Amino acid sequence: MGTDTIKKYEKEFLLGLYERMFLIREFEEQVKFLFLEGVMPGTIHQCQGQEATAVGVCTALNNDDFITSTHRPHGHALAKGVSPESMLIELFGGVTGCCKGKGGSMHIGDVDKGMLPAIAIVGGGIPLATGMGLAFKMKKTPQVVATFFGDGATSEGAFHEGINMAAIWDLPVVFVCENNFYGASTHVNKVTRLKCIADRAAGYGIRGETVDGNDVLAVYEAAQTAVQECRDGKGPVLLELETYRITGHSRRDACQYQPKEERERWKNNEPIGAFGRVLVTRDDVDEGDLEAIRSQVEQTVVSAIKVGRSAPEPTVADLLTDVYA
Amino acid sequence: MKRMSIAEALREGIAEEMARDEAVFCIGEDISVPGGWGGAFTVTLGLEKLFPDRMIDTPIAEAGFFGVSVGAAVMGMRPIADVQYGDFLLCAMDQIHSNASMLRYMSGGTVKVPMVMRAPVGATGRGAQHARSTERFFVGTPGIKVVAVSTAYDAKGMLKAAVRDDNPVMIFEHKLLYGSKGARAESGAVDATSEIPEGDYTVPLDKAAVRREGSDVTIIGWLLMAHLAASAAESLAAEGVEADVIDARSLSPFDYDTIGASVRKTGRVVIVEEGPKTGGVSAELAAGIAERFSDSLKAPVVRVASPDVPVPFAPVLENAYRPDPPRIIAAVHGLMR
Ligand SMILES: Cc1ncc(C[n+]2csc(CCOP(=O)(O)OP(=O)(O)O)c2C)c(N)n1
Ligand SMILES: [Mg+2]
Repeated sequence: MGTDTIKKYEKEFLLGLYERMFLIREFEEQVKFLFLEGVMPGTIHQCQGQEATAVGVCTALNNDDFITSTHRPHGHALAKGVSPESMLIELFGGVTGCCKGKGGSMHIGDVDKGMLPAIAIVGGGIPLATGMGLAFKMKKTPQVVATFFGDGATSEGAFHEGINMAAIWDLPVVFVCENNFYGASTHVNKVTRLKCIADRAAGYGIRGETVDGNDVLAVYEAAQTAVQECRDGKGPVLLELETYRITGHSRRDACQYQPKEERERWKNNEPIGAFGRVLVTRDDVDEGDLEAIRSQVEQTVVSAIKVGRSAPEPTVADLLTDVYA
Repeated sequence: MKRMSIAEALREGIAEEMARDEAVFCIGEDISVPGGWGGAFTVTLGLEKLFPDRMIDTPIAEAGFFGVSVGAAVMGMRPIADVQYGDFLLCAMDQIHSNASMLRYMSGGTVKVPMVMRAPVGATGRGAQHARSTERFFVGTPGIKVVAVSTAYDAKGMLKAAVRDDNPVMIFEHKLLYGSKGARAESGAVDATSEIPEGDYTVPLDKAAVRREGSDVTIIGWLLMAHLAASAAESLAAEGVEADVIDARSLSPFDYDTIGASVRKTGRVVIVEEGPKTGGVSAELAAGIAERFSDSLKAPVVRVASPDVPVPFAPVLENAYRPDPPRIIAAVHGLMR
């Protein structure tokens, strides 16, 4: 992330990226706290440290473009514009949540915002994205779908089958692999002989690219190029975004399978701090601007939690609705 | 004798079988990563220290490693394949259903597939895709034996029997019964610990267990529902209704000898199942009982099951989804009327 790149963009645009990344961080940190306190039900998979992938990709999409997500969907949802209130209500099991309390953390989504409810079966969302891309092509709409998945998902048959069909039919799908180097506790080097996941693109005859996934502008630019290629009918593209979750795989995971030194290194390179350090090299941005954004986001999350905690629960009658259209 | 949880008893059973027979190995995701969790619910925790060459961590590839297990079994190995959640069996369904279950028959009895499959099931606050009671998809699959363990004693004994069996055996385990500890502990867990004797023992794969004796009504359950049936029976006893509680335990084949003896005695049957009522395991069991013991039945068999919906996330909805003692008691009241 160079000080040159940062000068190409409008200040508002850049501060917007910062704000959305910080919103994800703050949301996740508060949710983690609520879980550990025991006031939030269920289980969670969080994305602290991976904010730049979600924000960089979703910023390159239009409102009517779509994303699919995974068991780790909070960042993707916030970046695509799903409201923090509707997500927190959902996490608390409220009936006014984005999935009426029926989905929960692992199935967060809002089709009005261009996000299918997240698919928690690893790799399961990938063929869906191909199908969504097929629909866009058949309906001759200019929409694009970006499908998020992890390094771990690339071992699933669903990955191979989904990406291959998108390739042979030139579908407008950006395959976004968030390579955080671990699938649950298993290091990526244990599950592939390839040096990088982007190399798999060659096997499908499509373009693949490895990007610094902690550099929000690099992600944004790579995604923008990929999205444009898709809109031009030259898709699909495989983007590998190298990043790291600086939190557990799921609640209360102590991450003992990760070398301490590795964790520290990535923590020091987490995307929000890194972006902030470059942002303030601009003449028109100072630490005070960032501080103002952070405190405003903190307020947003505090009030969203209040709404979430006090949302009405579903009634038992709701159990039986929404099974069929 | 020592008191053990299901997770610990399974771990000890697996370790003993691996020590006894070098053909036995474990395969699955995150089962033996140093610093990891020993599978999703700690069952294989630390086994890599004892058997470094026979604990195989796989990529996230269920169709792949179940197929790998079938292939290895055909060649004389005895794999224990572990899915993190019973839901992911569906990713491997083709390998299980088309290959594991049929190779024996298709080969005219010349091939055998001695593999064990272990799968945690049950609704536990994780939402629809980590919650299904998938045993219904395997009962009625000829060629596979299906068991469901609800106590630590059975877990160890049936695991050992399954490893020694020359057929594919699917073992269902319940997330709320494991007794997993530390970071992997479950909220809402139910005590399923047992006194585990020293030394080798097995529990047959085709026998139900009578958990409580009574002469008024037979309540049949398995996994978590066996525990809830027992607790309902205690409440019923307080009002003078004595229930036989049967842990069906062996789901394919069913043990109609044990079940039949109870039905002949009580003439009334309630079957409790976590999972949608339509097409569930209890449907088959009810039909089987009706066919065999209609002369003894004083009333039609009653099922207490979940409604025909996916598993919801919100705790109020999930609690309404899961059969509970009040609903079991209400069903018994209906039968006794
Ligand atoms: C089909 C399937 N298998 C296993 C799991 C259990 N599981 C949940 S997340 C996960 C690891 C996924 O790793 P990756 O794709 O790299 O995503 P990350 O968690 O790193 O975001 C596993 C094994 C699952 N949800 N679905
Ligand atoms: Mg990963």
